[in-house]
Amino acid sequence: MFLGSRDLRHAKGRFALIGGVVALITLLVVMLTGLAAGLGRESVAAVSTMPDRGVSQIAFSQPAQGQKVGFDSSRVASSAVKDAADQPGVTEATSLAIAQSRVSVDGVRSAVTVFVVEDGSFAAPSGVRPGSVVVGSGLGKDANVAAGDSITFGDKSVRVQAVSDDASYQHVPVVWMTQADAKAAGVQTAGGTSLALLKTDGSFDAAAFEKQSDLVAMTPNDSLSTISAYQAENGSLTLMRVMLMLVSALVVGAFFTIWTIQRTKDLAVLKAIGARTSYLVRDALGQAAILLLIGGGLGTLIATVGGLLARDVVPFVVSPTTTLVPLVLLMVLGLLGALVSLRRIATVDPNSALGAAR
Amino acid sequence: MKPTLELRHVSKTHTSPAGDVHALREVDLALYPGELVAVMGPSGSGKSTLLNMAGGLDAPTSGDVLVGGASIVGLPQREMAALRRTRVGFVFQDLNLVPALTAAENAALPLELDGLSTRDARKAGIAALASVGLEDLADRYPEEMSGGQQQRVAIARSLVGDRSLVLADEPTGALDSVTGEEVLMVLRDRCDAGAAVLLVTHDSRHASWADRIVNLRDGAVVDVVGDLPEGAETSEQVTS
Repeated sequence: MFLGSRDLRHAKGRFALIGGVVALITLLVVMLTGLAAGLGRESVAAVSTMPDRGVSQIAFSQPAQGQKVGFDSSRVASSAVKDAADQPGVTEATSLAIAQSRVSVDGVRSAVTVFVVEDGSFAAPSGVRPGSVVVGSGLGKDANVAAGDSITFGDKSVRVQAVSDDASYQHVPVVWMTQADAKAAGVQTAGGTSLALLKTDGSFDAAAFEKQSDLVAMTPNDSLSTISAYQAENGSLTLMRVMLMLVSALVVGAFFTIWTIQRTKDLAVLKAIGARTSYLVRDALGQAAILLLIGGGLGTLIATVGGLLARDVVPFVVSPTTTLVPLVLLMVLGLLGALVSLRRIATVDPNSALGAAR
Repeated sequence: MKPTLELRHVSKTHTSPAGDVHALREVDLALYPGELVAVMGPSGSGKSTLLNMAGGLDAPTSGDVLVGGASIVGLPQREMAALRRTRVGFVFQDLNLVPALTAAENAALPLELDGLSTRDARKAGIAALASVGLEDLADRYPEEMSGGQQQRVAIARSLVGDRSLVLADEPTGALDSVTGEEVLMVLRDRCDAGAAVLLVTHDSRHASWADRIVNLRDGAVVDVVGDLPEGAETSEQVTS
């Protein structure tokens, strides 16, 4: 990359400018990715972490006319959960009811989502038993709740056995509690979402299960797409990220288009003295890669540091998936943008170097 | 003595809806080591077309072009580019140098493009600059040099490494007369050191530096002033 590195050295201001633009776009993309992951976790962590406790399938009731299958519409009766447990490939089944409620902590009331499970359910986090609950860390932050404290539903107090980072649903802290405690606390589950959580083995067949049980089974990961609020939120943020990446590719492509046009006479001289088109394209792509790596790396670094500082205040996930993956994607798209613009190099005629000024 | 460059019965015809345009007609020309040949003629006489043919930048409609005794007509683009990197040097009228490269880097560019290590290419570039009296300006950028100095760097580039054929297209066209004379003096000096230079010019004062002057009109050689160098083999002798 002899020529490209000399260009970078000679036209520092020009490349610093475009590198700065790449850095800003990368900063935005990485911030958005970290934020999207944080918001996503707040939205569905209570569901997405279920496989850690052995839940391999979630079974939903058939939706009513005009509704879609999923969390918003599922009403699975306890008898249907028992039937589900007897289906081929299902090793265990337990029920889960989801309800909205409010808790009091030292007189301060907070909204919570209650995940009501059977006593001893394999799907519940450890520590959920009669009189003891597990709460989301959101409640811990909002109401300053810690393990060992008590929280009150109406007149019923329960002990907080543990505070979990993975207990939140649709941006509201989750309280995992048993059916008996929920009944005693007056948590209204009737008419709300109810589903069956399944442990399955290798012989489980979702289509056969649906036919036999009249329930629709899907993996916890697939089931996230049935949470309409999550889908809308995630869709918007993903769209913004995709748009920013396309803008980045366009910006880099536009820069290299103008750069190539400005260098047309230089390129003609280079070709006339024996530079091959493939050499010039490789050289310019190397230049683009350095530009993207420096600009993108700087943007990623700033976003990562910002995310680490802000994650106590806003939901933000810092991980290779939210930092390095967007950087690599931006680099690939940027290089594609550059490659498209560099096709012009092939059209430069070395003859134009002779008599260029005539 | 065999010619460094030879054009045998070279013709070039551009076809257009308005009719055929004969840019070159049956041109024969041989250029020998240590010889400076000037090609003169009015605008549109075919001077630049002749230079394009000689450097492999364009292919003749008929005839043959030989560099170092080997035909270059019909060579694949890749081999033609390699020929220009290793055997043929160009000096253009202006816009000769790459602005982002220093004088040494510009002079060494053909070697760098040919895959020589940057360090070795720089050494050869500085040696080439020394041959045109510019070794002290090795680390200057083109914008920091005068027009005459830039043309001398271009001459150094055209002769860097083992090359001995220079195709110069109006190399003094963008220079004042004094600087132009200096540049021609350098070209003459390189010829006297063994290089072969084909110089396209429309200025008879500059042509006076040449050993031979070839006059072109309407694509055909109408007059040649000067003799072949002693011991020069004619086209027939070369082919036989």
